[in-house]
Amino acid sequence: MISAILVFNNHGKPRLVRFYQRLAEEVQQQIIRETFHLVLKRDDHICNFLECGSLFGGPDYKLIYRHYATLYFVFCVDSSESELGILDLIQVFVETLDKCFENVCELDLIFHMDKVHYILQEVVIGGMVLETNMNEIVAQAEAQSKLEKTEGGLSAAPSRAVSAVKNINLPEIPRNINIGDINIKVPNLSQFV
Amino acid sequence: MALKMVKGSIDRMFDKNLQDLVRGIRNHKEDEAKYISQCIDEIKQELKQDNIAVKANAVCKLTYLQMLGYDISWAAFNIIEVMSASKFTFKRIGYLAASQCFHEGTDVIMLTTNQIRKDLSSPNQYDTGVALTGLSCFVTPDLARDLANDIMTLMSHTKPYIRKKAVLIMYKVFLKYPESLRPAFPRLKEKLEDPDPGVQSAAVNVICELARRNPKNYLSLAPLFFKLMTSSTNNWVLIKIIKLFGALTPLEPRLGKKLIEPLTNLIHSTSAMSLLYECVNTVILCVQKLRILIEDSDQNLKYLGLLAMSKILKTHPKSVQSHKDLILQCLDDKDESIRLRALDLLYGMVSKKNLMEIVKKLMIHVDKAEGTTYRDELLTKIIDICSQSNYQYITNFEWYISILVELTRLEGTRHGHLIAAQMLDVAIRVKAIRKFAVSQMAMLLDNAHLIASNTQRNGICEVLYAAAWICGEFSEHLEEANQTLEAMLRPKVTTLPGHIQAVYVQNMVKLYASILQQKEQSGEKEAAQEITQLMIERLPQFVQSADLEVQERASCILQLIKYIQKLQIKEVPVAEEVIALFAGELNPVAPKAQKKVPVPEGLDLDAWINEPPSDSESEDEKPKTIFHDEEQRPSRHKQPEIDEEELARRREARKQEQANNPFYIKSSPSPQKRYQDTPGVEHIPVVQIDLSVPLKVPGMPMSDQYVKLEEERRHKQKLEKDKKKKKQKKEKRGKHHRHNSLHTESEEDIAPAHHVDIITEEMPENALPSDEDDKDPNDPYKALDIDLDKPLADSEKLPVQRHRNAENLKSPDSEAPLAEKKSKKPKKKEKKHKEKERDKGKKKEKEKKVVEEEEEKKVILQDMRSKSSKHKKKKHKKEKEEKSKDKKKSKKKHHHSEEEATESVQNGTLDDEPLPPMSSYRLLAENPYIKMTYDIQGNLQNDSQVTVSVIFENKSTSFLKSMELNVLDSLNTKMLRPEGSSVHDGIPVPFQLPPGMTSFVSLICACSVDGGGTSSCCLGNDEGSTHEKLDFKLHFSCASYLITTPCYSDAFAKLLESGDLHMSSIKVDGISISFQHLLAKICFHHHFSVVERVDSCASMYSRSIQGHHVCLLVKKGENSVSVDGKCSDSTLLSNLLDEMKETLSTC
Repeated sequence: MISAILVFNNHGKPRLVRFYQRLAEEVQQQIIRETFHLVLKRDDHICNFLECGSLFGGPDYKLIYRHYATLYFVFCVDSSESELGILDLIQVFVETLDKCFENVCELDLIFHMDKVHYILQEVVIGGMVLETNMNEIVAQAEAQSKLEKTEGGLSAAPSRAVSAVKNINLPEIPRNINIGDINIKVPNLSQFV
Repeated sequence: MALKMVKGSIDRMFDKNLQDLVRGIRNHKEDEAKYISQCIDEIKQELKQDNIAVKANAVCKLTYLQMLGYDISWAAFNIIEVMSASKFTFKRIGYLAASQCFHEGTDVIMLTTNQIRKDLSSPNQYDTGVALTGLSCFVTPDLARDLANDIMTLMSHTKPYIRKKAVLIMYKVFLKYPESLRPAFPRLKEKLEDPDPGVQSAAVNVICELARRNPKNYLSLAPLFFKLMTSSTNNWVLIKIIKLFGALTPLEPRLGKKLIEPLTNLIHSTSAMSLLYECVNTVILCVQKLRILIEDSDQNLKYLGLLAMSKILKTHPKSVQSHKDLILQCLDDKDESIRLRALDLLYGMVSKKNLMEIVKKLMIHVDKAEGTTYRDELLTKIIDICSQSNYQYITNFEWYISILVELTRLEGTRHGHLIAAQMLDVAIRVKAIRKFAVSQMAMLLDNAHLIASNTQRNGICEVLYAAAWICGEFSEHLEEANQTLEAMLRPKVTTLPGHIQAVYVQNMVKLYASILQQKEQSGEKEAAQEITQLMIERLPQFVQSADLEVQERASCILQLIKYIQKLQIKEVPVAEEVIALFAGELNPVAPKAQKKVPVPEGLDLDAWINEPPSDSESEDEKPKTIFHDEEQRPSRHKQPEIDEEELARRREARKQEQANNPFYIKSSPSPQKRYQDTPGVEHIPVVQIDLSVPLKVPGMPMSDQYVKLEEERRHKQKLEKDKKKKKQKKEKRGKHHRHNSLHTESEEDIAPAHHVDIITEEMPENALPSDEDDKDPNDPYKALDIDLDKPLADSEKLPVQRHRNAENLKSPDSEAPLAEKKSKKPKKKEKKHKEKERDKGKKKEKEKKVVEEEEEKKVILQDMRSKSSKHKKKKHKKEKEEKSKDKKKSKKKHHHSEEEATESVQNGTLDDEPLPPMSSYRLLAENPYIKMTYDIQGNLQNDSQVTVSVIFENKSTSFLKSMELNVLDSLNTKMLRPEGSSVHDGIPVPFQLPPGMTSFVSLICACSVDGGGTSSCCLGNDEGSTHEKLDFKLHFSCASYLITTPCYSDAFAKLLESGDLHMSSIKVDGISISFQHLLAKICFHHHFSVVERVDSCASMYSRSIQGHHVCLLVKKGENSVSVDGKCSDSTLLSNLLDEMKETLSTC
């Protein structure tokens, strides 16, 4: 089981928080902070697994994370999950984001947290892995946004236009989170069929 | 219309949307909190509008704020509104918000049940999908129970997208509502072979999760998984299956052999490292392959290699031990995760032989380690390693003490208390070491200034606590007590933390007492007075302490010593009396001792001594652990003590295992060791090291010397042994030649340096022997430990949504013919299985035939669901009597019932008048020989059981032998039979009844969910030549299902206010008895308790075994009584009132 999925940037700002057990908001924030501090002090060339001790309630839990440019993707899992499998899953998730947002960058995650959630819901639900095939995930996510667009129809058009105008002046942040780099880290990285 | 919509959305487009909110927060970095609170106010306004789009937008923004740590549970109701929007766009927003903030405590969650059910059955697959996703996050036991059936239906949906989601959610449902597991399991199993790989993967996922907790229940699925493993190409599924087999193999050893082939194929063919790792992890015999992983330059593989090693270690410790070099190397790794893994491995690798060496290496690491976290980790590991299994691997405790002393040199460690605990533990439990320990501790005290140099931040000063205590408690071993006492009296001591000072003060007196005794015995009165003077001079500094404990102890002791001084001046010998203060020895207490103290009779540990405090105070303070409650890390003291026999047995088992293990490299005589056998070695001079010298040098590592000493000692020991063996060899040459040459040094050969007397822990007298107390009763997965192979029973079907009241509306009269029809079936069955027949006058005739008497049975079956007042049981009774049939009625009192009468009345707080004797026992059946009365009581332990007590009274003059009860179960009620007996077996009555005696039997009946059912019983009684059969039926009244439960008036008022109770009332005229008696009757016959009584009006309360609350208001008029009842179940109430009417009208 996956007990939490956290995405935060190099400064510890949360970009996506998904706990699969109910925790009070302040506890969630504390976990995010502590996880960030644990992950931050590790340099990029050591392993991607981290035993988090009592942070997640026992030695059965592990943090498995990947660092992409400005973002950390952290999965907290128990011993029923395969470590390398989860590592691959993070890669699948990020690549899916990349496809859905066309060259994903931190800004996409910042401004479209809801969409990221919807995509994640096609990968993991209730702490269990739902789908590992990227094409399937992308197809389902796109089908749903299409449905949303048809529902919006005429009435949603003006607000979309306004939103587009507002988005012109976004502060400049590197657009790419360099997904390419990460492939080096796990040799023989397998893609799930 | 369209124009209006556009206009509405133009108004709306100037509302802040999520992007605006994010942008706003980014632009207000300085006053973020203020800006957000502003936004929350806006959101609150937006939520008040009717436009669902505005609401959805607001909820979407709230979801973002939740991520930033804001509590949004106040908007739960609005979230539900958005969830029930018809448009997918909004629905999705609502469900997302719900999945982020709903939980079991959210009270509005019960409002969602119908909405979710609607969405689940929506024609749009994405509506269903979104509802399932949301449900996976916030499913509660109630939702799980109500929706289990709907979700189960979705498991066979036409769209694989829905199927796979439904399958996964089922796991969450199982966790919350374990009863659903058995009914849903067949379908889940089916999904393992679903044509869609996604659904298949989901099913594998769920079953793996289930099997991980209770593997034994899933063994029967092994062939299916085996097939999947060889056919599937999905790596994710394969990994899960392999993990599952990892859990199953220990339970079924044959599985292991079968798995080897496909696993090896996978290992060779796969290119996916993750899969390879899982295979290797499961096979765990490939230690050599693991070495390759660990030696790999990739850090991830190195980590996993070590992880797998630790698993192998548990089963094949020796094969891992050969890689000690590699693991020690990993300790130098720059990656902390890897270092910690390596440390973990070392813990399991130590043996008597290599302990010292490993610890020595670790000590070097401690010195090198920068960063306190890792160093602390090292420290705890060293202590763990040494103390594991009750110090099993320590052969030389002097060495261990000196290691502990060396560890005290660590600065800034948080684990001073750990070291202290070890010192205390060793000193107390190993008697032989006390002298040495005391000398070391005295030295520590002497150098306290080094340890406590920086008190504020230094956890290490905790060791002074242990040092002071050990020196005090075992002061008889102290050589220079004076010096130690002086060290403890130094002014510097007052800078130590309070609790340590307190121990100092207390132990000073112990020291003082022993010095005093020593001086008095040797007649040095001067010296004795000097020491008293010293105490009096120095103690006041503690009296001034700000710490209360220190102050109190110090002033108390100061007075005591002043008194001693007075006596000393009068030349009265006082030492004996002073030392008597500390007489007796403290022994360690076993960790389980407290639990094993048997609870004295009559003591109810769960009862409140005082009224419980209100909830609000305590709850917040409990430290909450995250994700799991079970954080009880078993401390090392809890490790069970292994006695020698057990050890020997395990050793034997291990050797056996190794012998059978083709991968295990067996030890062979090494040429080197034989070389050492040559006598020349004996002449190597043994270097004598003076122990006392290094000990006096503070802060110098001394443990090395113990290592050397120990090595020499072992060497000598071995030489001696070999000598002996040689002698033996000479004697037995030829005979046992081979046997001796096979000798290698194994760890068992190393004898401990000195006799290590580990004092066993004390247990309370008459402790109950049991080891079952380690399990955590709160484990949520325990509920899922369910046998899945048993066929499904009717009662286990998932609750289906239905209109409950429709059935209830039928009047009992219209029900009756129906019931009679039903009754025919059991009757036929009964005939078939009847074993006893009536057979008068003939002895030992066992021929079986169906007897006409069957026809006499009055089978009256009622559908309990509609009318629970008429539970009826039918019993048949057979009697055989050998001798003449004199009829003498003997009237026996029913002691049982009388006792019960008084008890119930006390419950009802009625105490002013003597009450007439009452018995709740009703006549069951009677014939000239026997009379049976019965009573039915709800079972407190189990909410679906009632206990039927039957009293037998023998009215004849002869013995009644071998009575038997035959009970026919009805649809809703069944008797709980002993295991192994079938429905048709009779239950023998476990006694014979002499003439004129009474005795009683209890039967336990289980009722199904809705409050009962009917079953017919049959009592057979046969003896010698005569068979008698007596039919009877049990009337299960409503009162049988009520349990007298006291209720306080405030709780009672709350219950009435809650509003979810049905109401009904009756009025009975012509009541003449006093109100007091009336209440007593209701209390007694209907199991109620009085909540409050005002004049001729009383409120009463009771609870059914299934938790329905029943409240009554009883009012007495001139000649009538009116009863108003409120109950959460209207059927129960109306039946209950009917019964009550009956009772009251007989008054």
